[in-house]
Amino acid sequence: MPLDIERDQRRFREIVRGRLRKNLRKYVTQGEMMGRKGKDLVSIPIPSLDVPRFRFGDNGAGGVGTGDGEEGQPVGKGGQPQGGPGEAGSDPGSEHFMEVDVSLDELAEILGDELELPRIQPKGDANLQDEKAKYDSIRSTGPESLRHKKRTYLKALKRQISTGEYTASDPRVVPIKSDKQYRSWSTVQHPEVNAVIIYVMDVSGSMTDDQKEIVRTEAFWIDTWLGSQYQGLEKRYIIHDAVAKEVDEHTFYHTRESGGTRISSAYKVCADLIEKQFPPADWNIYVFQFSDGDNWGEDNEKAFSQLGERILPHVNLYAYGQVESPYGSGEFLGRLKSRFGENHEAIVTSEIEDKDAIYESIKTFLGKGK
Amino acid sequence: MPISELAPLPVELQEWQEKIEKLAAGHGLDFFPTIFEMVPADRLNEIAAKGGFPVRYPHWRFGMEYEKLGKGYHYGLQKIYELVINNDPCYAYLMASNEMVDQKLVMAHVYGHCDFFKCNAWFGHTNRKMMDQMANHGARIRRYMDEVGVEPVEEFIDACLSIEDLIDIHSPFIKRRADKHDNGENKHSPPKPARFDSKEYLDPFVNPKAEYKRNNAEDNPQPQRLPERPERDVMLFLLEQAPLNAWQADVLSIIRDEAYYFAPQGQTKIMNEGWASYWHSKMMTTQIASAAEIVQFADHHSGTVASSGGSLNPYKLGIELFRDIEDRWNRGAYGKEYEDCDDYAERQDWDRELGEGRDKIFEVRRVHNDLTFIDSFLTLDFVRQHKLFKFGYNPGTEYYEIETRAFPQVKQQLLANLTNLGRPQIAVVDGNYKNRGELYLEHEYTGVELQTNYAQDTLRNLHRLWTRPVHIATILDETQTVISFDGGEVSVDQGDDVDPDDDD
Repeated sequence: MPLDIERDQRRFREIVRGRLRKNLRKYVTQGEMMGRKGKDLVSIPIPSLDVPRFRFGDNGAGGVGTGDGEEGQPVGKGGQPQGGPGEAGSDPGSEHFMEVDVSLDELAEILGDELELPRIQPKGDANLQDEKAKYDSIRSTGPESLRHKKRTYLKALKRQISTGEYTASDPRVVPIKSDKQYRSWSTVQHPEVNAVIIYVMDVSGSMTDDQKEIVRTEAFWIDTWLGSQYQGLEKRYIIHDAVAKEVDEHTFYHTRESGGTRISSAYKVCADLIEKQFPPADWNIYVFQFSDGDNWGEDNEKAFSQLGERILPHVNLYAYGQVESPYGSGEFLGRLKSRFGENHEAIVTSEIEDKDAIYESIKTFLGKGK
Repeated sequence: MPISELAPLPVELQEWQEKIEKLAAGHGLDFFPTIFEMVPADRLNEIAAKGGFPVRYPHWRFGMEYEKLGKGYHYGLQKIYELVINNDPCYAYLMASNEMVDQKLVMAHVYGHCDFFKCNAWFGHTNRKMMDQMANHGARIRRYMDEVGVEPVEEFIDACLSIEDLIDIHSPFIKRRADKHDNGENKHSPPKPARFDSKEYLDPFVNPKAEYKRNNAEDNPQPQRLPERPERDVMLFLLEQAPLNAWQADVLSIIRDEAYYFAPQGQTKIMNEGWASYWHSKMMTTQIASAAEIVQFADHHSGTVASSGGSLNPYKLGIELFRDIEDRWNRGAYGKEYEDCDDYAERQDWDRELGEGRDKIFEVRRVHNDLTFIDSFLTLDFVRQHKLFKFGYNPGTEYYEIETRAFPQVKQQLLANLTNLGRPQIAVVDGNYKNRGELYLEHEYTGVELQTNYAQDTLRNLHRLWTRPVHIATILDETQTVISFDGGEVSVDQGDDVDPDDDD
């Protein structure tokens, strides 16, 4: 008899995806998901996918428990009432939300659909092929280091049994040369289109944790989307105040410096990085810069010439996000626009006042389809 | 499910089944024929997700349940040992990966359940051919899905499920009224009293209220309320009165039938599990388990009846109460003479050697449900011995805290938790509220508030069935409150005079 459970499961997942779409803006802006990210899966809390019923409030009801303890001793945290037998008799699991696993690819697809993001046409050499060795076959010759012990043993065992050499009381199996089996590989060619995201962030004193949280949330979605568009995605992180350096991801989000801001220093590190490690002919390059827009006035000109000469010609996209800080928003965005024009081909800018603006900002950044 | 589709048990288990069945019968257990099937974990999860009925109608929540069970099993957090279906014959599923000692334990346990299903009075009116009925329900719902589409049907089921616990669990025993739900037969439309057209400000003069009422009474000598008395079977009321088309009415009646089928299981959880645990442990320790298996049995048994983190395990409470009853009736430790004795030592040593324990527990399992079971047999001594306490929520600390160990309060709390399966008691008091065809429900407040966000969502679903504004009267913050949903917005009206009799 065919069971319907798979159909039910499919329906459930459809509904989950529907909820996800409906609440995507909330998920995008609240950054809830980043802590829940596994290798390929994101675990997402879906609010109350149970059937609503008239029920008692969690915080009014009491129950009966068992064990030692004085009066007044806590037995459970609010919101997670201990199941008295009344509870135990009723339906299990009336949580307020449940966690469902969604693959990053699926998430990217939902994001793409909801934000109406255009698919990216990778630039550069589409014929770039990568060769990979795939160990997928067995041969009777090969280097000893690739000998397949189990297969060799089995073959020797078969041979000994069929020739009557094998005795159960003395189960010795000795392979001879013709028994030996070796792993072998075939070469698979597949087009490899690589991309690198270079994140640049101002970590001077005026960038607070709130702003960094915004940056982090945006970066999560940018990663998710671009990751779904390219087979290989590298990420690099540059922080700067008056001086700049390349750091790892953790440091990127957890560094706070005092002192001034010199954006040109970051552009220099960024440009060097591109020249040394990511030849633009082979790479799709994305630069996302986040700052509160404060820069030392005399630095702007230097910064723009770095950007214009050494970065813009090589990148698919240069995105500048100006995050509003408690000290107000700086002038860099305005300067940038007047220097390169409102509609520069590779530049996209966005002003992010608060978390609620993240959604639109991502749409702006990724909406160019580059 | 036709028996032909069940895979036969392995020979060794078959032999054990015969043996255990004989042992169970020898103890006086009385059960329907019981059919075991051994299934792998994911199949058991499938069946459990469908509430025990693989043939049940399709619905997304079964898929959700399946995911949860599958995940729990995969991470080793939980596994289902057994599943038994109240049906004639009884169907029981064994988990294939269980060890032999567990299979024996489970089989002994299952015979306890099967006896309970057959003999307990609260199951007296349940459908014993539920496997067939569920298949029938499944077929009907699938047909509607083919006819009007999966989503409309599934969403309608969602709405029905929202009120599936609004049934009158005692109605199978007490016929309060004929519960025909043929559309139209009971349809009630009181004749409208004649009114003269008038401007609003002239209305009191053109249609004087007293005259209007008098006329109304003459035209309609027995002004019928709808419902005449508060109706706890809200599902039935909707079946009779809500503007449902044919497939919707049928779906609602299916959900209602299933709710009535499952209700006795909820009413007897402590007893049923206690009874089954009592018998598996008796048979295992004295007759089934080999010396080598007894430690493993003890380990698994104590796992089942363990109480953790202060919460009360119904298996444990049930088995201990049955043992306590057996012991007391063996010793004659009950009745006036015993109750009046306040010498602790004398009570401890009380033994009239009546030996009535066995008969008594069989009687108890026949006539009681959890509520009356606890009410009749939970004693002060028992509460002390098992260190029971009442806990409550302390808003100051946001923790649940032990409130008291005093016997009357502990017992009262337990009874309160068991009343109406631990759910709020709600009835339709007016199906023509404000004379505008609105639905007015009333929550019988017992000191615990409704959870408002759930109440609001439930009203939304109720509105999908009733299609006119719906209200529920309850008490929030010690104030009379009416939560309403008119199809657009939820409103919460506090403190006003909300007498439903005030029909304008």
